Amino acid sequence: MADKKTITIAIMDAPYENSRSTTALRLIDIAAKRGYNINVFAYEGAVLQPFAGQTPHANAVHGRSVEEENHFIPKDAIAALMREAERNGGKIDWVNCGLCVDERGAANAIAGVRRGSPADFWQMAEASDNTLVIATR
Amino acid sequence: MPRYLLIESRDPFDSNDTRFCCDLAQQLAATKNEVTLFLVQNGVLPVRPNARSGDLTRLAGAGVRVLADSFSLRERGIDERHLASGVAAAPLDIVLDALAEGVRVIWH
Repeated sequence: MADKKTITIAIMDAPYENSRSTTALRLIDIAAKRGYNINVFAYEGAVLQPFAGQTPHANAVHGRSVEEENHFIPKDAIAALMREAERNGGKIDWVNCGLCVDERGAANAIAGVRRGSPADFWQMAEASDNTLVIATR
Repeated sequence: MPRYLLIESRDPFDSNDTRFCCDLAQQLAATKNEVTLFLVQNGVLPVRPNARSGDLTRLAGAGVRVLADSFSLRERGIDERHLASGVAAAPLDIVLDALAEGVRVIWH
């Protein structure tokens, strides 16, 4: 495909903490719908975005069940984005910084996530059409 | 002509460093670069016509394209039809378009 692009996005925010995570997932969603190849380098707290141990919960305060609460689970969103990218002929290569994973005990990630280092980020950026770093403040 | 997309995600009422993006955008535009400032998340709050929107209007007058993320506007109940002069609503696709076209994209 002549217009197939490869984009690298670096993220650093842990889930449920900042709108930057939502915006990052929205950007990945648009790229996945376009069939782009998307490299994601998750650094610091962002390695917990695809953490497999995330569990939806009920909301006792509002009297809602797990189903009614329909809690947003980042790992499920990321898995869905990976499927969306593949459906459109693209791919998401999600790399979690290994040292950041070890520090946080976050090794149990969903399928499709691999362990790497900042050197992977450099290589992904080198091989991409463009790179966006969404840094914490 | 080099092209830049500056993404401002910070609320000027909360962060004292949002002038960074406006200053950089203005300087880049003044040196013959094509510059877009894209406001997202709480970065869209100053698009409401008020005391802080003057910076954005002046920036647009200086040749910078100033856009605000439609989704962020809707989330905050800001009507796209009543934005400060010089500011237009746009989808987040703008960022992917820029990345795909090799524009230099900077997140703040």
